[in-house]
Amino acid sequence: MDLLRFITAGSVDDGKSTLIGRLLFDTKNILADQMEAIERASKSRNDGEIDLALLTDGLRSEREQGITIDVAYKYFQTPNRKFISIDAPGHIQYTRNMVTGASNADLAIILVDARHGVAEQTRRHSLIASMLGIPHVVVAINKMDLVGNSEDAFLEIAQTYKDLANKLNIKDLTIIPVSALNGDNIVERSKHMPWYTGETLLSVLENVNVLEDKNTTDGRFSVQYVIRPQTDELHDYRGYAGRLQSGSLKKGEAVKVLPSGTESKIARIEFGGQEIEEATVFESVTILLEDDIDISRGDMIVSVDNSPVVSQDLEALICWMDDRKTLKPGDKYLLQHGTARTKCSVRSIEYQIDINTYEKLDEVEKLKLNDVARIVLRTAQPVAYDAYQQNRANGAAILIDETSNVTVGACMIE
Amino acid sequence: MSNEVSMSISVKEASDLSDQGNIDRRKPDYLDQLEAEAIYIMREVAGQFERPALLFSGGKDSITLVRLAQKAFAPGKIPFPLVHIDTGHNFVEATDYRDMLAEKTGSKLIVRYVEDTIKAKNLKEPTGKNASRNWLQTFTLLDTIEEFGFDACIGGARRDEEKARAKERIFSFRDEFGQWDPKRQRPELWNLFNGRIHKGENVRVFPISNWTELDVWAYLQREGITLPSIYFAHERECILRDGRLLYNTPVIEKDPEDQIVTRQVRFRTVGDMTCTAAVESSAATLEEVIAEITVSRISERGETRIDDQQTEAAMEDRKKGGYF
Ligand SMILES: Nc1nc2c(ncn2[C@@H]2O[C@H](COP(=O)(O)OP(=O)(O)OP(=O)(O)O)[C@@H](O)[C@H]2O)c(=O)[nH]1
Ligand SMILES: [Mg+2]
Repeated sequence: MDLLRFITAGSVDDGKSTLIGRLLFDTKNILADQMEAIERASKSRNDGEIDLALLTDGLRSEREQGITIDVAYKYFQTPNRKFISIDAPGHIQYTRNMVTGASNADLAIILVDARHGVAEQTRRHSLIASMLGIPHVVVAINKMDLVGNSEDAFLEIAQTYKDLANKLNIKDLTIIPVSALNGDNIVERSKHMPWYTGETLLSVLENVNVLEDKNTTDGRFSVQYVIRPQTDELHDYRGYAGRLQSGSLKKGEAVKVLPSGTESKIARIEFGGQEIEEATVFESVTILLEDDIDISRGDMIVSVDNSPVVSQDLEALICWMDDRKTLKPGDKYLLQHGTARTKCSVRSIEYQIDINTYEKLDEVEKLKLNDVARIVLRTAQPVAYDAYQQNRANGAAILIDETSNVTVGACMIE
Repeated sequence: MSNEVSMSISVKEASDLSDQGNIDRRKPDYLDQLEAEAIYIMREVAGQFERPALLFSGGKDSITLVRLAQKAFAPGKIPFPLVHIDTGHNFVEATDYRDMLAEKTGSKLIVRYVEDTIKAKNLKEPTGKNASRNWLQTFTLLDTIEEFGFDACIGGARRDEEKARAKERIFSFRDEFGQWDPKRQRPELWNLFNGRIHKGENVRVFPISNWTELDVWAYLQREGITLPSIYFAHERECILRDGRLLYNTPVIEKDPEDQIVTRQVRFRTVGDMTCTAAVESSAATLEEVIAEITVSRISERGETRIDDQQTEAAMEDRKKGGYF
């Protein structure tokens, strides 16, 4: 059985948490004691109606304010698939938490309140989903019960969204009218919207093909740790522990170590101490090379005939996440890419992206919390990267503030 | 999990792929994916920190962690010590298992006792019905972190366990007082874990965050791991209290309402004896345990943990105070 990670996104109160609660409820994945706890917590609140959002809104402050603050992870399964659902906050203040949840998602469900249509946060989250290269986007036009289940209302919002999506890089888009509160078109087809003949939300979740989203062509292996037991039997053992970020590597294959460029051959691949012939994308293995070369954490082993770019100059789209400091040209940070960390400085801000129109804004002096922009960086050490849209794992990087140690930027290298 | 859902627990279900037509046949099983992710996280800890430790309780989640660490660093030894915060109220089966496993894996084992903290700090031991030292573990844990200068502590918490845990990062930052601040968690993007901290701060790392209870059971079965015997059905003298079965041990203060009964039980989680309840069962093998849990309509903590039931945000509050 395979695994799908999806996130719910969209503006405040559009029904993201309720939708996840509904999905779990209708697939019978809420256990009796969890349901009792939700009922108990619902009773102590204003109207006493059962609030399925309480399944994911688990923090004290979230329950007090009736909003989501940070992402919640919930797990469920149907006979066809296992799911990791990630419920993101809609509030602009917590956008970085949404980015956190979205960075690993295979699919994003973007909710839109049918009464209000596309909002600024809808646009922002759609832009982020597109920048993050989330391969599948489902737009759930929610609260259809509050617009009389009107097909016209649905079509109008759907059209607005399609126009918006045309300006973005969304490969696979599905639009569904739903009511998270009542469970219409979530797991069961709605009786109230006979005009809708497309798939239910669950059916999309169960059927999207996540296999073809993986990069299986570019062999990239970042060294995390060097295993050197230095015991009598394993005196000369030197294994490079890491994970295939993309592609595959085989025993006997000619490889190159970056950034040095030294070439060698794979002598052996091990998993859990057992020899295997080949390692493929996302497997955590140990690689032994034929030659004794100096390799340490942060180096990358790649196929000899398929090399990433190795450079100290890079351009990236960035989501800025620091609420205490801005990003300006000349600022210095640590860049973490794969397992490598290097100092870097911001050469320039090429442009910022307007959240509402997706137009490029020139002559921007600094980036504030939640701004999205394209920047130019110069690193102290060369970085071996691929373009993010071709290779999510090897095109992603984060900026770390060296004094606070906080992660302040999400970079997608172009 | 619902009754309709049948877990796939065989080693690698070739049959799972047979009706997939033209889809890639190398599609990995979800357990392989979860395992690869957890091993990656273990190695990030070894690569990023100077003094990591693995918090080991003797329960199934920490047994899983040890297995993952073995696989991550084979053929080398696990490059960090196993640390147990012993309340003195643990099941002897669990502590025996702990000692055996440390020896078998050649790991250094550090045990620190809540009893000693109580004496040294002159803490007041909770008394009365449902009194537990569980919460006091925090003091001992924080002292132990300070004593050894641990900068990272690997724990076996899973997000499916509890609603506050469902919110926590995999690399969960703690300030110099060990506190978790749920409203200011660091962004955690892709698989780029940021373990940078100042001296005195530390990071709690949860490699099996994305595993469910059933995933853990299925993994233990797939790996052929022997568990402490209390995880399987056995006769035990129990205290029947508020519909729950607690082990009849002198460390639990009796209440006039308590009934002493002998039942065939197993444990679904193994924690402090004072706050871990048993479940009635006849499951003698992992396969049977998995079959029972698959159809169970009660969650792991709901069925077995007494400490969570006290207030709505019990776990969140404990975590803010520095708990695991
Ligand atoms: N009538 C109706 N109300 C809904 C529907 N879905 C959600 N709601 C209500 O909308 C309100 C907000 O729902 P939530 O699920 O908390 O919204 P959210 O998108 O998770 O909000 P944030 O996470 O804070 O951004 C709640 O009162 C829900 O009961 C729906 O389909 N119909
Ligand atoms: Mg919400």
